[in-house]
Amino acid sequence: MEKESNHIIDEVTRGEYKYGFYTDIETETAPKGLNEDTIRYISAKKNEPEWLLEFRLKAYRHWITMKEPTWAHLSYPAIDFQDIIYFAAPKQKKSPQSLDEVDPELLNTFNKLGISLEEQKRLSGVAVDAVMDSVSVKTTFSDTLAKLGIIFCSFSEAVQKHSDLVKQYLGSVVPFTDNFYASLNSAVFSDGSFCYIPKGVRCPIELSTYFRINAARTGQFERTLIVADEGAYVSYMEGCTAPQRDENQLHAAIVEIVALKDAEVKYSTVQNWYPGDKDGKGGIYNFVTKRGICKGNHAKISWTQVETGSAITWKYPSVILMGDHSVGEFYSVAVTNNHQQADTGTKMIHLGRGSKSTIISKGISAGQSNNSYRGLVRVVKRADNCRNFSQCDSLLLGDKCGAHTFPYIRAENPTSIVEHEATTSKISDEQLFYCQQRGISAESAIGLIVNGYAKEVLQRLPMEFAIEAQKLLSVSLEGSIG
Amino acid sequence: MLKIKNLSVAIKGKEILKGINLEVNPGEVHAIMGPNGTGKSTLAYVIGGREGYEVTSGEITYKGMNLLELSPEERACEGIFLGFQYPVEIPGVSITSFLRTAINEQRKYQGLDPVPPAEFLAMMEENKKLLDLQDKLANRSVNEGFSGGEKKKNEIFQMAMLQPSLAILDETDSGLDIDALRVVATGVNNLRRPDNSAIVITHYQRLLDYIIPDVVHVLYDGRIVKSGGKEMALELEEKGYEWIKNSL
Repeated sequence: MEKESNHIIDEVTRGEYKYGFYTDIETETAPKGLNEDTIRYISAKKNEPEWLLEFRLKAYRHWITMKEPTWAHLSYPAIDFQDIIYFAAPKQKKSPQSLDEVDPELLNTFNKLGISLEEQKRLSGVAVDAVMDSVSVKTTFSDTLAKLGIIFCSFSEAVQKHSDLVKQYLGSVVPFTDNFYASLNSAVFSDGSFCYIPKGVRCPIELSTYFRINAARTGQFERTLIVADEGAYVSYMEGCTAPQRDENQLHAAIVEIVALKDAEVKYSTVQNWYPGDKDGKGGIYNFVTKRGICKGNHAKISWTQVETGSAITWKYPSVILMGDHSVGEFYSVAVTNNHQQADTGTKMIHLGRGSKSTIISKGISAGQSNNSYRGLVRVVKRADNCRNFSQCDSLLLGDKCGAHTFPYIRAENPTSIVEHEATTSKISDEQLFYCQQRGISAESAIGLIVNGYAKEVLQRLPMEFAIEAQKLLSVSLEGSIG
Repeated sequence: MLKIKNLSVAIKGKEILKGINLEVNPGEVHAIMGPNGTGKSTLAYVIGGREGYEVTSGEITYKGMNLLELSPEERACEGIFLGFQYPVEIPGVSITSFLRTAINEQRKYQGLDPVPPAEFLAMMEENKKLLDLQDKLANRSVNEGFSGGEKKKNEIFQMAMLQPSLAILDETDSGLDIDALRVVATGVNNLRRPDNSAIVITHYQRLLDYIIPDVVHVLYDGRIVKSGGKEMALELEEKGYEWIKNSL
């Protein structure tokens, strides 16, 4: 811990976006723009079965009838969807069988990001699926997991090898008609991770996907599908970074989680897409649909997210509590600095009797940023004895940023209890002076105070992620005072 | 150690300190007494480096340095500790991690490596025992939900951990019962060494029964109007501040 805390301090004093590099690697791309041919191109490149191409085309045909949503508390110029490359792949031999076959330049990239695939292979602990631009580079540990019947592979591989499972669950939580960005993703999604935990199996290691946008003018549309069969358990982590560029890049992902009877899925995200520079130039537009369904009784899905990156974040990881006594949780820290905008929150849909949900949201705004919490808690008529507790806290640094809370509550059942608490606070000059008087610089003090404020959420993260997240929080708020 | 020459300080254009002269030598404990609103806390904050206090004239020299040129954290790293009259709450930050950060930042400033965890924990234990603090205190967030007495004890605990060269305690005794008062005194007396100094700001004489000062000053209307030995505190207690007012 000693080393770590010092490391954190060092980071704070440096504190630029350190993942902004670009890897010069040969890339194969689809022609710019989107039409049915683009979709056929992607599908053919991936050698997909006919049903999947049909799924994509249906989604596309639906998408062109839709309009971009404007209800979020976000402002940005219209996106030209014809000015985007929808498929980019690092050129390499098809599906490397071992790490020796992976392009060394690619491995270098992930090493630089602190995701050493080789290291991962040697040391047990975390199985990683690394996705660069549109394709999955390499999944480690698959063989070890296979012995337990656990499937953890790239989405493309799952389509080839576990077609029935993919077909059964794809779009079952987020239908292709769900929303503008979900439809777009369903039409053009490139790769992502697939995970299936069989009945009664407790996944012994953390599963992790690392997403990396590298190529210019390219959108990233990954798709993650996690299925936990009856009584299964898995903890899943997702990390993301992108190079520093002057133009905005679109990221529109979908994550679907299915938890059957007595199953539990923990999903943790540390989102650190490039946020743009101090003047708001560049950065990732992050429009993501994440949703889980507690399909059986006593199922549990828990979302934990630390959002520090992206120019724009539009994201509402949700849980449909279908099973009786199922549990949904949402723990979130969202940091915005400079000109970043975040509109994020969750939806908890109580369908099952005695289902429970907890929402803890911590927003931190600095600079001239805008940070909104938007959440829906819904209890339907038949859902007796449900319980929800929501707490939405906002912390403001400086006087040019904004914090907003939009809670929606729809309780149709009289035996259910829904509770909502909200606070807004500022880091006071008194607090800063108190820390400085003990020898702690203002920058470090902010890191310390913010980490303290977000502790309730950070302590939910798996250990290795928690440390990274702590550092990130401090770095993201670099230069936010004065 | 500390030399204040003709110091005048204004807050938002209003003059609070009007030409303070004060010299504290190594090993000395000075008490500053005086009625409310005469500038005692202002003096403490100016030495600590708080923003919003405008030095209109005069100078402060500390260990031969021009103190007014240093940032608050540099002053702390050079060994100045300010015990706050109203300690601030920092939710979610445990006393342990707060102190470890503070100690390591100070050590970094001094070109030292971070304190080894075992050594740090031993220091914590020793000082908790010395100040009769409960074990669980270290895991609680800084000052959050603390009683008035606990907050003041926590200030002294931090002082004991940070081992400052010059401690300034701003009415650390106000609102304390006799037991807590003893704890505060123990902390200060324990720090008393030939190379350390302290300035104890207090409204009442009773703290000075436990911390025997070398010099007592009376601050009135922004000026030090009287200085003397420890017996002056008793005289002041007996005759009240009216005595000072009338003698001016």
